[in-house]
Amino acid sequence: MSVIDANNLTKYYGKARGIIDVSFNVDEGEIFGFIGPNGAGKSTTIRLFCSLIFPSSGEVKIFGKDAIKYGPEIRQDIGYLPSEVFYYDRMKVIDLLKYSASFYKKDCTKRLYELAEIMELDLNRRIDDLSYGNKKKVGIVQGLLHQPKLLFLDEPTSGLDPLMQKKFYKLIREENERGATIFLSSHILGVVQKMCSRVAIIKEGSIVDIQDVRTLERDNYKKIHIVANEIEEKRFDLPGVIQLEKENGAVSFFYKGDINRIMSAISEQEVSDVTIEEPTLEEIFMHYYE
Amino acid sequence: MNIYKHELKMKIRSVIAWSLAIALLIFIYLSIFSSIAVDAKLLNEMMSSFPEEFLIAFGMTDMDWSTILGFFGLIFLFIQICLAIQAANYGFSLVSVEETDLTADFLLAKPVGRTKIMTSKFLAAITGLTITNLVVWISSFVFLRMYSDGGQFETKPVLYLLLSIAIFQLFFLTAGMLISLLVKRVRSVTPFSMALVFGMYVLNAFGGMIGEDKLEILSPFKHFEPNYILKHAAYDLPLAWISVAVIVISVVGSYVLYSRRNIRSAV
Repeated sequence: MSVIDANNLTKYYGKARGIIDVSFNVDEGEIFGFIGPNGAGKSTTIRLFCSLIFPSSGEVKIFGKDAIKYGPEIRQDIGYLPSEVFYYDRMKVIDLLKYSASFYKKDCTKRLYELAEIMELDLNRRIDDLSYGNKKKVGIVQGLLHQPKLLFLDEPTSGLDPLMQKKFYKLIREENERGATIFLSSHILGVVQKMCSRVAIIKEGSIVDIQDVRTLERDNYKKIHIVANEIEEKRFDLPGVIQLEKENGAVSFFYKGDINRIMSAISEQEVSDVTIEEPTLEEIFMHYYE
Repeated sequence: MNIYKHELKMKIRSVIAWSLAIALLIFIYLSIFSSIAVDAKLLNEMMSSFPEEFLIAFGMTDMDWSTILGFFGLIFLFIQICLAIQAANYGFSLVSVEETDLTADFLLAKPVGRTKIMTSKFLAAITGLTITNLVVWISSFVFLRMYSDGGQFETKPVLYLLLSIAIFQLFFLTAGMLISLLVKRVRSVTPFSMALVFGMYVLNAFGGMIGEDKLEILSPFKHFEPNYILKHAAYDLPLAWISVAVIVISVVGSYVLYSRRNIRSAV
Protein backbone atom coordinates (compact mmCIF):
# COMPACT_ATOMS: atom_id res chain seq x y z
CA MET A 1 0.00 0.00 0.00
CA SER A 2 1.18 3.51 -0.74
CA VAL A 3 1.54 5.60 2.37
CA ILE A 4 2.15 8.75 0.37
CA ASP A 5 0.58 9.19 -3.01
CA ALA A 6 1.37 12.54 -4.59
CA ASN A 7 -0.37 13.34 -7.86
CA ASN A 8 0.70 16.24 -10.07
CA LEU A 9 1.29 18.38 -7.03
CA THR A 10 1.97 21.98 -7.98
CA LYS A 11 2.52 24.93 -5.72
CA TYR A 12 3.12 28.55 -6.63
CA TYR A 13 3.61 31.27 -4.06
CA GLY A 14 2.07 34.06 -6.03
CA LYS A 15 4.31 33.97 -9.08
CA ALA A 16 7.23 32.34 -7.31
CA ARG A 17 7.77 28.70 -8.06
CA GLY A 18 7.37 26.20 -5.26
CA ILE A 19 7.07 22.83 -6.92
CA ILE A 20 5.75 21.85 -10.32
CA ASP A 21 3.87 18.69 -11.20
CA VAL A 22 5.38 16.46 -8.54
CA SER A 23 4.16 12.87 -8.53
CA PHE A 24 5.49 9.89 -6.64
CA ASN A 25 4.54 7.11 -4.26
CA VAL A 26 6.11 6.03 -1.02
CA ASP A 27 5.37 2.50 0.12
CA GLU A 28 4.62 1.37 3.61
CA GLY A 29 7.72 0.64 5.68
CA GLU A 30 10.05 2.35 3.25
CA ILE A 31 12.76 4.86 4.06
CA PHE A 32 12.37 7.25 1.20
CA GLY A 33 15.01 9.87 0.49
CA PHE A 34 14.23 13.25 -0.97
CA ILE A 35 17.23 15.07 -2.19
CA GLY A 36 18.04 18.30 -3.92
CA PRO A 37 19.86 21.57 -3.40
CA ASN A 38 18.47 24.36 -1.23
CA GLY A 39 15.43 26.00 -2.72
CA ALA A 40 14.58 23.05 -4.93
CA GLY A 41 11.21 22.56 -3.25
CA LYS A 42 11.88 19.90 -0.62
CA SER A 43 10.32 21.78 2.27
CA THR A 44 7.43 22.95 0.11
CA THR A 45 6.62 19.32 -0.66
CA ILE A 46 6.68 18.28 2.98
CA ARG A 47 4.63 21.29 4.02
CA LEU A 48 2.05 20.32 1.44
CA PHE A 49 1.94 16.83 2.91
CA CYS A 50 1.26 18.29 6.36
CA SER A 51 -1.38 20.72 4.99
CA LEU A 52 0.59 23.68 6.26
CA ILE A 53 0.15 25.06 2.78
CA PHE A 54 -2.37 24.21 0.10
CA PRO A 55 -1.53 23.07 -3.42
CA SER A 56 -2.20 25.30 -6.41
CA SER A 57 -3.23 22.12 -8.21
CA GLY A 58 -2.91 18.38 -7.80
CA GLU A 59 -3.54 16.37 -4.70
CA VAL A 60 -1.82 14.19 -2.18
CA LYS A 61 -3.18 11.16 -0.43
CA ILE A 62 -1.69 9.94 2.81
CA PHE A 63 -2.70 6.53 4.15
CA GLY A 64 -5.04 6.54 1.14
CA LYS A 65 -6.92 9.64 2.30
CA ASP A 66 -6.93 13.17 0.98
CA ALA A 67 -4.40 15.15 2.98
CA ILE A 68 -6.53 18.28 3.25
CA LYS A 69 -9.96 16.82 3.81
CA TYR A 70 -8.81 14.30 6.40
CA GLY A 71 -5.92 16.41 7.67
CA PRO A 72 -6.52 16.21 11.43
CA GLU A 73 -7.26 12.48 11.29
CA ILE A 74 -4.19 11.71 9.19
CA ARG A 75 -1.92 13.80 11.38
CA GLN A 76 -2.68 11.55 14.37
CA ASP A 77 -0.18 9.19 12.75
CA ILE A 78 2.29 11.69 11.34
CA GLY A 79 5.44 12.95 12.98
CA TYR A 80 7.01 16.06 11.51
CA LEU A 81 10.43 17.47 12.21
CA PRO A 82 10.84 20.81 10.42
CA SER A 83 14.24 21.92 9.18
CA GLU A 84 14.15 24.99 11.38
CA VAL A 85 12.74 24.36 14.83
CA PHE A 86 10.94 27.06 16.77
CA TYR A 87 8.90 26.61 19.91
CA TYR A 88 7.18 28.76 22.48
CA ASP A 89 10.20 30.44 24.05
CA ARG A 90 8.81 30.95 27.48
CA MET A 91 7.87 27.32 28.02
CA LYS A 92 9.92 24.68 29.70
CA VAL A 93 10.94 21.74 27.55
CA ILE A 94 8.81 19.30 29.53
CA ASP A 95 5.74 21.56 29.28
CA LEU A 96 6.16 21.86 25.55
CA LEU A 97 6.49 18.11 25.14
CA LYS A 98 3.46 17.49 27.32
CA TYR A 99 1.53 20.04 25.29
CA SER A 100 2.63 18.24 22.16
CA ALA A 101 1.57 14.88 23.62
CA SER A 102 -1.83 16.27 24.59
CA PHE A 103 -2.86 16.37 20.93
CA TYR A 104 -2.68 12.62 20.49
CA LYS A 105 -5.22 10.08 21.51
CA LYS A 106 -2.73 7.65 22.97
CA ASP A 107 -0.73 8.14 26.15
CA CYS A 108 2.74 9.24 25.16
CA THR A 109 4.28 9.90 28.56
CA LYS A 110 6.47 6.81 28.74
CA ARG A 111 7.83 7.26 25.24
CA LEU A 112 8.41 10.95 25.94
CA TYR A 113 10.79 10.22 28.80
CA GLU A 114 12.45 7.38 26.89
CA LEU A 115 13.20 9.62 23.94
CA ALA A 116 14.38 12.48 26.12
CA GLU A 117 16.84 10.13 27.75
CA ILE A 118 18.12 8.76 24.47
CA MET A 119 18.61 12.27 23.09
CA GLU A 120 20.09 13.47 26.43
CA LEU A 121 17.60 16.29 26.63
CA ASP A 122 17.35 18.38 29.79
CA LEU A 123 13.61 18.62 30.37
CA ASN A 124 13.64 21.39 32.93
CA ARG A 125 15.23 24.11 30.89
CA ARG A 126 13.37 26.90 29.19
CA ILE A 127 13.14 26.74 25.42
CA ASP A 128 14.80 30.12 24.94
CA ASP A 129 17.82 28.97 26.93
CA LEU A 130 18.48 26.11 24.55
CA SER A 131 21.12 26.04 21.85
CA TYR A 132 20.09 25.33 18.29
CA GLY A 133 21.17 21.70 18.59
CA ASN A 134 19.17 21.23 21.77
CA LYS A 135 16.10 22.78 20.15
CA LYS A 136 16.53 20.28 17.39
CA LYS A 137 16.47 17.52 19.99
CA VAL A 138 13.20 18.90 21.33
CA GLY A 139 11.96 18.72 17.76
CA ILE A 140 12.98 15.11 17.46
CA VAL A 141 11.29 14.06 20.70
CA GLN A 142 8.19 16.05 19.81
CA GLY A 143 8.02 14.40 16.41
CA LEU A 144 8.47 10.86 17.67
CA LEU A 145 6.70 10.71 21.01
CA HIS A 146 3.39 9.49 19.61
CA GLN A 147 5.05 6.66 17.67
CA PRO A 148 3.82 7.86 14.29
CA LYS A 149 3.28 5.58 11.33
CA LEU A 150 4.77 8.15 9.00
CA LEU A 151 7.68 10.47 9.72
CA PHE A 152 8.59 13.58 7.78
CA LEU A 153 12.16 14.57 8.46
CA ASP A 154 13.27 17.81 6.85
CA GLU A 155 17.05 18.18 7.10
CA PRO A 156 16.85 16.38 10.44
CA THR A 157 20.44 16.43 11.54
CA SER A 158 21.50 19.98 10.82
CA GLY A 159 22.75 21.40 14.10
CA LEU A 160 23.35 18.04 15.76
CA ASP A 161 26.86 16.89 16.61
CA PRO A 162 28.09 13.65 14.98
CA LEU A 163 27.45 11.58 18.09
CA MET A 164 23.86 12.78 18.28
CA GLN A 165 23.42 12.25 14.57
CA LYS A 166 24.40 8.65 15.04
CA LYS A 167 21.93 8.20 17.88
CA PHE A 168 19.28 9.90 15.85
CA TYR A 169 19.72 7.63 12.85
CA LYS A 170 19.70 4.61 15.10
CA LEU A 171 16.42 5.84 16.51
CA ILE A 172 14.99 6.34 13.04
CA ARG A 173 16.03 2.84 12.02
CA GLU A 174 14.28 1.45 15.08
CA GLU A 175 11.15 3.39 14.23
CA ASN A 176 11.38 1.96 10.74
CA GLU A 177 11.78 -1.59 12.02
CA ARG A 178 8.72 -1.00 14.15
CA GLY A 179 6.88 -0.36 10.89
CA ALA A 180 7.07 3.38 10.44
CA THR A 181 7.50 4.81 6.99
CA ILE A 182 10.20 7.46 6.82
CA PHE A 183 10.35 10.37 4.41
CA LEU A 184 13.77 11.90 4.71
CA SER A 185 14.66 15.12 2.98
CA SER A 186 18.23 16.26 2.83
CA HIS A 187 20.82 17.93 0.69
CA ILE A 188 23.52 15.67 2.09
CA LEU A 189 23.95 12.63 -0.09
CA GLY A 190 25.80 10.53 2.47
CA VAL A 191 22.85 10.60 4.82
CA VAL A 192 20.41 9.48 2.18
CA GLN A 193 22.83 6.87 0.90
CA LYS A 194 23.17 5.35 4.34
CA MET A 195 19.52 5.32 5.29
CA CYS A 196 17.28 5.11 2.28
CA SER A 197 16.12 2.43 -0.07
CA ARG A 198 14.82 4.76 -2.74
CA VAL A 199 15.51 8.36 -3.49
CA ALA A 200 13.70 11.07 -5.41
CA ILE A 201 15.78 13.83 -6.88
CA ILE A 202 14.24 17.26 -7.10
CA LYS A 203 15.56 20.13 -9.13
CA GLU A 204 14.04 23.58 -9.46
CA GLY A 205 10.70 22.32 -8.25
CA SER A 206 10.42 19.25 -10.44
CA ILE A 207 11.24 15.61 -9.81
CA VAL A 208 13.99 14.68 -12.24
CA ASP A 209 14.43 11.07 -11.24
CA ILE A 210 13.38 8.46 -8.72
CA GLN A 211 15.97 5.76 -8.24
CA ASP A 212 16.95 2.85 -6.13
CA VAL A 213 19.86 3.92 -3.95
CA ARG A 214 21.88 0.79 -4.76
CA THR A 215 21.56 1.49 -8.48
CA LEU A 216 22.57 5.04 -7.90
CA GLU A 217 25.67 3.94 -6.07
CA ARG A 218 26.62 1.45 -8.71
CA ASP A 219 26.34 4.10 -11.36
CA ASN A 220 28.22 6.56 -9.29
CA TYR A 221 31.06 8.63 -10.59
CA LYS A 222 34.32 8.88 -8.69
CA LYS A 223 36.12 12.14 -8.51
CA ILE A 224 39.80 11.63 -9.29
CA HIS A 225 42.56 14.16 -8.87
CA ILE A 226 46.11 13.42 -9.95
CA VAL A 227 49.19 15.55 -9.30
CA ALA A 228 52.35 14.88 -11.30
CA ASN A 229 55.32 16.75 -12.68
CA GLU A 230 54.75 15.92 -16.26
CA ILE A 231 51.43 14.60 -17.16
CA GLU A 232 49.50 14.22 -20.32
CA GLU A 233 45.83 14.47 -19.73
CA LYS A 234 45.14 12.73 -23.00
CA ARG A 235 46.18 9.46 -21.39
CA PHE A 236 43.12 9.60 -19.23
CA ASP A 237 40.75 10.23 -22.05
CA LEU A 238 39.21 6.83 -21.57
CA PRO A 239 35.64 5.62 -21.85
CA GLY A 240 33.78 6.55 -18.67
CA VAL A 241 35.82 9.67 -18.05
CA ILE A 242 34.11 13.03 -18.15
CA GLN A 243 35.03 16.62 -17.43
CA LEU A 244 38.74 16.01 -17.90
CA GLU A 245 40.66 19.11 -16.88
CA LYS A 246 44.31 20.03 -16.53
CA GLU A 247 45.41 22.75 -14.23
CA ASN A 248 48.88 23.60 -12.83
CA GLY A 249 50.35 20.19 -13.34
CA ALA A 250 47.31 18.43 -11.98
CA VAL A 251 44.63 16.51 -13.77
CA SER A 252 41.14 16.04 -12.47
CA PHE A 253 38.16 14.21 -13.88
CA PHE A 254 35.14 12.09 -13.04
CA TYR A 255 35.14 8.41 -13.79
CA LYS A 256 32.44 5.83 -13.93
CA GLY A 257 33.20 2.17 -14.69
CA ASP A 258 35.68 -0.54 -13.75
CA ILE A 259 37.95 0.99 -11.15
CA ASN A 260 40.87 -1.30 -12.16
CA ARG A 261 41.08 0.18 -15.61
CA ILE A 262 41.60 3.67 -14.29
CA MET A 263 44.02 2.41 -11.62
CA SER A 264 46.29 0.87 -14.21
CA ALA A 265 46.12 4.03 -16.29
CA ILE A 266 47.28 5.99 -13.26
CA SER A 267 50.06 3.55 -12.37
CA GLU A 268 51.58 3.96 -15.81
CA GLN A 269 52.36 7.54 -14.82
CA GLU A 270 54.93 8.97 -12.51
CA VAL A 271 52.62 10.72 -10.09
CA SER A 272 53.24 12.54 -6.84
CA ASP A 273 49.73 12.43 -5.45
CA VAL A 274 46.37 10.83 -6.17
CA THR A 275 43.04 11.38 -4.53
CA ILE A 276 39.92 9.43 -5.32
CA GLU A 277 36.83 10.68 -3.60
CA GLU A 278 33.07 10.54 -3.59
CA PRO A 279 31.68 13.42 -5.52
CA THR A 280 29.50 15.98 -3.80
CA LEU A 281 25.78 15.98 -4.35
CA GLU A 282 25.97 18.55 -7.11
CA GLU A 283 28.66 16.53 -8.81
CA ILE A 284 26.94 13.18 -8.53
CA PHE A 285 23.74 14.56 -9.92
CA MET A 286 25.60 16.54 -12.44
CA HIS A 287 23.75 15.00 -15.32
CA TYR A 288 20.50 16.07 -13.65
CA TYR A 289 21.69 19.52 -12.85
CA GLU A 290 23.56 20.33 -16.02
CA MET B 1 -9.35 22.22 25.30
CA ASN B 2 -5.57 21.80 25.43
CA ILE B 3 -5.00 24.69 23.02
CA TYR B 4 -7.38 26.88 25.01
CA LYS B 5 -5.52 26.16 28.24
CA HIS B 6 -2.18 26.73 26.61
CA GLU B 7 -3.30 30.03 25.10
CA LEU B 8 -4.75 31.26 28.35
CA LYS B 9 -1.57 30.39 30.18
CA MET B 10 0.48 32.34 27.64
CA LYS B 11 -1.83 35.33 28.02
CA ILE B 12 -2.53 35.44 31.71
CA ARG B 13 0.35 37.71 32.64
CA SER B 14 -0.62 40.24 30.04
CA VAL B 15 -4.27 40.06 31.19
CA ILE B 16 -3.29 40.72 34.78
CA ALA B 17 -1.02 43.60 33.81
CA TRP B 18 -3.71 45.28 31.70
CA SER B 19 -6.39 44.73 34.34
CA LEU B 20 -4.29 46.19 37.12
CA ALA B 21 -3.21 49.14 35.00
CA ILE B 22 -6.77 50.00 34.06
CA ALA B 23 -7.98 49.57 37.65
CA LEU B 24 -5.21 51.90 38.76
CA LEU B 25 -6.20 54.40 36.09
CA ILE B 26 -9.80 54.40 37.32
CA PHE B 27 -8.63 54.77 40.90
CA ILE B 28 -6.31 57.68 40.21
CA TYR B 29 -8.78 59.63 38.09
CA LEU B 30 -11.73 59.14 40.41
CA SER B 31 -9.67 59.99 43.46
CA ILE B 32 -8.98 63.46 42.11
CA PHE B 33 -12.65 64.09 41.42
CA SER B 34 -13.39 65.60 44.82
CA SER B 35 -10.75 68.29 44.34
CA ILE B 36 -12.04 69.03 40.85
CA ALA B 37 -15.68 69.12 41.94
CA VAL B 38 -14.91 72.08 44.16
CA ASP B 39 -14.17 74.17 41.11
CA ALA B 40 -16.78 72.48 38.95
CA LYS B 41 -18.69 75.64 38.24
CA LEU B 42 -15.57 77.41 37.12
CA LEU B 43 -14.55 74.47 34.93
CA ASN B 44 -17.98 74.26 33.35
CA GLU B 45 -17.78 77.93 32.50
CA MET B 46 -14.30 77.57 31.15
CA MET B 47 -15.28 74.60 29.02
CA SER B 48 -18.23 76.39 27.53
CA SER B 49 -15.84 79.01 26.25
CA PHE B 50 -13.85 76.40 24.32
CA PRO B 51 -14.75 75.86 20.68
CA GLU B 52 -17.21 73.05 20.10
CA GLU B 53 -14.73 71.16 17.89
CA PHE B 54 -12.21 71.00 20.68
CA LEU B 55 -14.75 69.54 23.06
CA ILE B 56 -15.79 66.91 20.52
CA ALA B 57 -12.18 65.92 19.98
CA PHE B 58 -11.67 65.16 23.63
CA GLY B 59 -15.06 63.69 24.34
CA MET B 60 -16.05 66.60 26.52
CA THR B 61 -19.32 67.60 24.96
CA ASP B 62 -22.36 67.37 27.22
CA MET B 63 -20.06 66.95 30.11
CA ASP B 64 -20.81 68.13 33.58
CA TRP B 65 -17.81 68.57 35.86
CA SER B 66 -19.94 68.88 38.94
CA THR B 67 -21.22 65.29 39.05
CA ILE B 68 -19.07 62.23 39.38
CA LEU B 69 -20.80 60.60 36.42
CA GLY B 70 -20.01 63.58 34.26
CA PHE B 71 -16.42 63.18 35.22
CA PHE B 72 -16.57 59.41 34.78
CA GLY B 73 -17.76 59.96 31.21
CA LEU B 74 -14.52 61.77 30.43
CA ILE B 75 -12.18 59.27 32.02
CA PHE B 76 -14.10 56.36 30.52
CA LEU B 77 -12.79 57.46 27.14
CA PHE B 78 -9.26 56.74 28.38
CA ILE B 79 -10.41 53.40 29.72
CA GLN B 80 -11.93 52.65 26.33
CA ILE B 81 -8.64 53.45 24.63
CA CYS B 82 -6.79 51.07 26.95
CA LEU B 83 -9.37 48.34 26.48
CA ALA B 84 -9.22 48.83 22.74
CA ILE B 85 -5.43 48.54 22.61
CA GLN B 86 -5.51 45.39 24.71
CA ALA B 87 -8.23 43.81 22.58
CA ALA B 88 -6.56 44.84 19.34
CA ASN B 89 -3.23 43.41 20.54
CA TYR B 90 -4.88 40.08 21.23
CA GLY B 91 -6.71 40.18 17.94
CA PHE B 92 -3.70 40.97 15.80
CA SER B 93 -1.53 38.40 17.54
CA LEU B 94 -4.20 35.70 17.81
CA VAL B 95 -3.02 33.56 14.93
CA SER B 96 -0.25 35.72 13.51
CA VAL B 97 1.97 35.17 16.55
CA GLU B 98 2.40 31.55 15.52
CA GLU B 99 3.78 32.73 12.21
CA THR B 100 6.01 35.50 13.58
CA ASP B 101 7.42 33.19 16.23
CA LEU B 102 7.48 30.41 13.64
CA THR B 103 5.64 28.02 15.92
CA ALA B 104 2.89 27.46 13.36
CA ASP B 105 4.79 24.47 11.97
CA PHE B 106 4.54 22.88 15.37
CA LEU B 107 0.89 23.60 16.02
CA LEU B 108 -0.53 23.02 12.57
CA ALA B 109 1.23 19.71 12.07
CA LYS B 110 -0.67 18.39 15.08
CA PRO B 111 -3.83 16.37 14.56
CA VAL B 112 -6.16 19.31 14.89
CA GLY B 113 -8.12 21.31 12.33
CA ARG B 114 -7.69 25.00 11.70
CA THR B 115 -11.23 25.79 12.81
CA LYS B 116 -10.61 24.21 16.16
CA ILE B 117 -7.32 26.07 16.59
CA MET B 118 -9.01 29.34 15.76
CA THR B 119 -11.95 28.68 18.08
CA SER B 120 -9.71 27.71 20.99
CA LYS B 121 -7.54 30.79 20.55
CA PHE B 122 -10.54 33.05 20.11
CA LEU B 123 -12.18 31.75 23.27
CA ALA B 124 -8.95 32.11 25.22
CA ALA B 125 -8.67 35.74 24.10
CA ILE B 126 -12.30 36.39 25.04
CA THR B 127 -11.67 34.84 28.44
CA GLY B 128 -8.70 37.14 28.97
CA LEU B 129 -10.67 40.20 27.91
CA THR B 130 -13.58 39.19 30.11
CA ILE B 131 -11.29 39.06 33.13
CA THR B 132 -10.19 42.62 32.37
CA ASN B 133 -13.82 43.55 31.81
CA LEU B 134 -14.76 42.21 35.24
CA VAL B 135 -11.95 44.13 36.86
CA VAL B 136 -13.23 47.31 35.20
CA TRP B 137 -16.73 46.58 36.52
CA ILE B 138 -15.53 45.98 40.04
CA SER B 139 -13.14 48.89 40.23
CA SER B 140 -15.65 51.26 38.62
CA PHE B 141 -18.28 50.49 41.20
CA VAL B 142 -15.90 50.42 44.13
CA PHE B 143 -14.17 53.69 43.30
CA LEU B 144 -17.34 55.46 42.19
CA ARG B 145 -18.88 54.64 45.55
CA MET B 146 -15.72 55.62 47.35
CA TYR B 147 -15.31 59.04 45.75
CA SER B 148 -18.85 60.12 44.97
CA ASP B 149 -20.59 62.54 47.22
CA GLY B 150 -22.04 60.48 50.06
CA GLY B 151 -21.44 57.28 48.10
CA GLN B 152 -24.49 57.96 45.93
CA PHE B 153 -24.66 57.90 42.15
CA GLU B 154 -27.08 56.78 39.52
CA THR B 155 -26.35 53.12 38.75
CA LYS B 156 -28.45 52.59 35.64
CA PRO B 157 -26.35 54.70 33.24
CA VAL B 158 -23.18 53.16 34.67
CA LEU B 159 -24.55 49.67 34.05
CA TYR B 160 -25.30 50.57 30.45
CA LEU B 161 -21.84 51.98 30.01
CA LEU B 162 -20.08 48.99 31.52
CA LEU B 163 -22.24 46.56 29.55
CA SER B 164 -20.95 48.15 26.36
CA ILE B 165 -17.38 47.07 27.15
CA ALA B 166 -17.84 43.50 25.92
CA ILE B 167 -19.00 44.59 22.45
CA PHE B 168 -16.35 47.28 22.37
CA GLN B 169 -13.62 44.73 23.14
CA LEU B 170 -14.99 42.26 20.62
CA PHE B 171 -14.92 44.92 17.92
CA PHE B 172 -11.17 45.44 18.29
CA LEU B 173 -10.42 41.77 18.89
CA THR B 174 -12.21 40.55 15.79
CA ALA B 175 -11.21 43.45 13.55
CA GLY B 176 -7.59 42.84 14.53
CA MET B 177 -7.99 39.16 13.80
CA LEU B 178 -9.41 39.81 10.35
CA ILE B 179 -6.80 42.39 9.39
CA SER B 180 -3.98 40.14 10.58
CA LEU B 181 -5.25 37.49 8.18
CA LEU B 182 -5.72 39.92 5.30
CA VAL B 183 -2.11 41.06 5.35
CA LYS B 184 0.75 38.85 4.32
CA ARG B 185 2.64 39.09 7.55
CA VAL B 186 2.35 40.83 10.91
CA ARG B 187 5.94 41.46 11.93
CA SER B 188 5.06 43.33 15.07
CA VAL B 189 1.64 43.65 16.63
CA THR B 190 1.94 47.06 18.30
CA PRO B 191 2.02 49.28 15.19
CA PHE B 192 -1.04 47.50 13.84
CA SER B 193 -3.08 47.80 17.01
CA MET B 194 -2.03 51.41 17.59
CA ALA B 195 -3.03 52.28 14.05
CA LEU B 196 -6.41 50.59 14.42
CA VAL B 197 -7.22 52.04 17.83
CA PHE B 198 -6.06 55.59 17.22
CA GLY B 199 -7.42 55.47 13.70
CA MET B 200 -10.83 54.71 15.11
CA TYR B 201 -10.37 57.30 17.84
CA VAL B 202 -9.42 59.97 15.35
CA LEU B 203 -12.35 59.08 13.09
CA ASN B 204 -14.65 59.89 15.97
CA ALA B 205 -12.76 62.76 17.54
CA PHE B 206 -11.87 64.71 14.47
CA GLY B 207 -14.63 63.50 12.21
CA GLY B 208 -16.98 65.92 13.92
CA MET B 209 -14.34 68.61 13.94
CA ILE B 210 -13.67 68.70 10.24
CA GLY B 211 -17.35 68.30 9.50
CA GLU B 212 -16.80 64.96 7.78
CA ASP B 213 -19.15 62.86 9.87
CA LYS B 214 -19.72 59.99 7.44
CA LEU B 215 -16.63 58.11 8.49
CA GLU B 216 -17.20 58.40 12.19
CA ILE B 217 -20.11 55.97 12.01
CA LEU B 218 -17.48 53.24 11.57
CA SER B 219 -15.89 53.98 14.91
CA PRO B 220 -16.90 52.15 18.07
CA PHE B 221 -15.73 55.23 19.95
CA LYS B 222 -18.72 56.90 18.32
CA HIS B 223 -21.05 53.91 18.81
CA PHE B 224 -20.32 53.79 22.52
CA GLU B 225 -19.61 57.40 23.39
CA PRO B 226 -19.52 57.43 27.23
CA ASN B 227 -21.19 60.82 27.62
CA TYR B 228 -24.09 59.81 25.41
CA ILE B 229 -24.66 56.55 27.28
CA LEU B 230 -24.36 58.18 30.71
CA LYS B 231 -26.67 61.02 29.79
CA HIS B 232 -29.39 58.92 28.17
CA ALA B 233 -28.93 55.64 30.05
CA ALA B 234 -29.29 54.04 26.60
CA TYR B 235 -27.20 53.18 23.56
CA ASP B 236 -26.95 55.28 20.49
CA LEU B 237 -29.01 52.97 18.31
CA PRO B 238 -28.86 52.02 15.49
CA LEU B 239 -25.21 53.16 15.51
CA ALA B 240 -24.23 50.53 18.06
CA TRP B 241 -25.47 47.83 15.67
CA ILE B 242 -22.69 48.78 13.28
CA SER B 243 -20.19 47.48 15.83
CA VAL B 244 -22.10 44.22 16.07
CA ALA B 245 -22.18 43.91 12.30
CA VAL B 246 -18.42 44.51 12.06
CA ILE B 247 -17.86 41.80 14.68
CA VAL B 248 -19.96 39.25 12.81
CA ILE B 249 -18.27 39.99 9.49
CA SER B 250 -14.81 39.87 11.04
CA VAL B 251 -15.40 36.54 12.75
CA VAL B 252 -16.80 34.88 9.65
CA GLY B 253 -14.08 36.39 7.46
CA SER B 254 -11.34 35.28 9.84
CA TYR B 255 -12.50 31.68 9.88
CA VAL B 256 -12.73 31.57 6.11
CA LEU B 257 -9.31 33.14 5.60
CA TYR B 258 -7.55 31.06 8.22
CA SER B 259 -8.87 27.78 6.89
CA ARG B 260 -7.24 28.58 3.54
CA ARG B 261 -4.12 30.28 4.74
CA ASN B 262 -0.71 29.17 3.51
CA ILE B 263 1.63 29.14 6.47
CA ARG B 264 4.95 30.80 5.72
CA SER B 265 8.02 28.76 6.45
CA ALA B 266 10.97 29.85 8.50
CA VAL B 267 13.35 30.03 5.57
